[in-house]
Amino acid sequence: MIYDEDFETLPREALEAIQLKRLQSLAEKAYATVPFYKKAFDEKGVKPGDIKSLQDLHKLPFTMKQDLRDNYPFGMFATPLENVVRIHASSGTTGKPTVVGYTRRDINTWSELMARTLAAAGAHKGDIVHNAYGYGLFTGGLGFHYGAERLGTSVIPVSGGNTKRQILLMKDFGPTVLTCTPSYSLHLADVAAEEGIDFKSLDFRVGVFGAEPWTENMRKDIENRLGIDAVDIYGLTEIIGPGVSVECVEAKNGLHVFEDHFIPEIIDPATGEPLAYGETGELVFTTLTKEAFPLIRYRTRDLSVLYHEPCKCGRNLVRMGRITGRSDDMLIIRGVNVFPSQIESVLMAREDVAPHYVLIVDRQEHMDTLEVHVEVDEGVFSDAVKHLQRMEQDIEKDIKDLLGVSCKVRLVEPKTIQRSQGKAQRVIDKRKA
Amino acid sequence: MLPVEQISIFVENKAGRLAEVTRVISEAGVNIRALSLADTSDFGILRLIVDNNDKAKAVLKERGFTVGKTDVVAVEVEDRPGGLSRILDILSQQNVNVEYMYAFVQHSGKEAVIIFRFDDIDTAVKLLQENNVKVLEGKTVYTL
Repeated sequence: MIYDEDFETLPREALEAIQLKRLQSLAEKAYATVPFYKKAFDEKGVKPGDIKSLQDLHKLPFTMKQDLRDNYPFGMFATPLENVVRIHASSGTTGKPTVVGYTRRDINTWSELMARTLAAAGAHKGDIVHNAYGYGLFTGGLGFHYGAERLGTSVIPVSGGNTKRQILLMKDFGPTVLTCTPSYSLHLADVAAEEGIDFKSLDFRVGVFGAEPWTENMRKDIENRLGIDAVDIYGLTEIIGPGVSVECVEAKNGLHVFEDHFIPEIIDPATGEPLAYGETGELVFTTLTKEAFPLIRYRTRDLSVLYHEPCKCGRNLVRMGRITGRSDDMLIIRGVNVFPSQIESVLMAREDVAPHYVLIVDRQEHMDTLEVHVEVDEGVFSDAVKHLQRMEQDIEKDIKDLLGVSCKVRLVEPKTIQRSQGKAQRVIDKRKA
Repeated sequence: MLPVEQISIFVENKAGRLAEVTRVISEAGVNIRALSLADTSDFGILRLIVDNNDKAKAVLKERGFTVGKTDVVAVEVEDRPGGLSRILDILSQQNVNVEYMYAFVQHSGKEAVIIFRFDDIDTAVKLLQENNVKVLEGKTVYTL
């Protein structure tokens, strides 16, 4: 279902006209009110008035995560604090948290976007939303809460934790929409089973999952075990929280970006150059309507792809693919950008290989070399040398086909590669040594 | 008839890996009857006929090795010139492909035992028996 037909199905020309107008006013405002942006514009030799078309967005400077840290806590706010009615912060696993603010109008915008998000997932008035995203500084809980209320559903603000009690509420209240992280949904199913409750016997119809990367296989797993449709959402605290993009339940194929509020770009993380539709690169967002905490060309470090083919749900918005990795992990091998997640996808696509691998990058006689070590487990192993060698060659070919980089695949004994508990080291770059 | 079971172990070409395999097996009190190693530049496959397959497999897996099990064919030939050649002729005339093979001599010194790995084991055994080649049973080979 489409919540805001006026904007979500707007013809491209009309949408782009709105985007340009909003971009121009954003640039004016950011330049005038945020010292960081005045300095960044001046250093690039660009003035807000230089934006004559949407293409001119590329002239504007990027905003990095570090810029937000440097301006901790309120230095990036574009409005006096007295106009800010809400403050959220990201968890900040490295260094200080990132602090964001919302004016009353920002909260209103966010609620509208979350109502759109829930509607795209198939929720409607009459549904009961079991909202197990955490409430607090984290944007997940309150973001969904306001959206669910705006849409007119009944929301249970259960937040995270105390899983057994959640199961009890699910049984007694009969919620129909589940909102939480994808991994927590599987945990809920596990605990329900321990309590002797078949999750499928509950009233849930759909789940809206995000806040962590997940895969198509995980979707299948969730849909089978929970007996629901599972849709993917994307958002980040810096941009607004959840409500940046969402899959429609009709297609479940790519996330529609709410372009009347956010302009997405895909760039080459090494050069900063914009990439065409269909090319994988780093996702960059510009917020068009936020008042308290506007961001221009914010580099998310998330890897994705944009495409604009029409969708059967009727939305005219550009779609982004699932997040496939982080640009921080990018390697440049013989001039080609290589993301470890791309090599992982090659291995995962093969049913015979365990997903335990490490990439060894080295330089021999001024040439970069890439070795991919893959563990041999019993599902793969053969007593005949030729089978194992053929497998090595097949993987080498798959990687070459995908990346355009030749590599050497080397089979190694099981459990010799570090497991992904904590931070697995997937790359050993000896060129830096 | 019961086929002969062979276990195979994936070993990286690293110093000490082979020694580790044989040490684990000997500590378990398992005796190696025959052995062959196929190797490439970066890994090897060690194939063993032992007197207790299940035990050898269990202790190796416990130590983190990847272990496979394959059915192979053991035949007995007289330990004299031409013994092996006759068998290979029989196989090649019927287009039976040998994946790999290795041989060892029995304690008595009169007969050699040759281990064959075929893609199509049933056809191969039938052909050998029709030509009066002595195909050995698993339990015979394990206790040679």
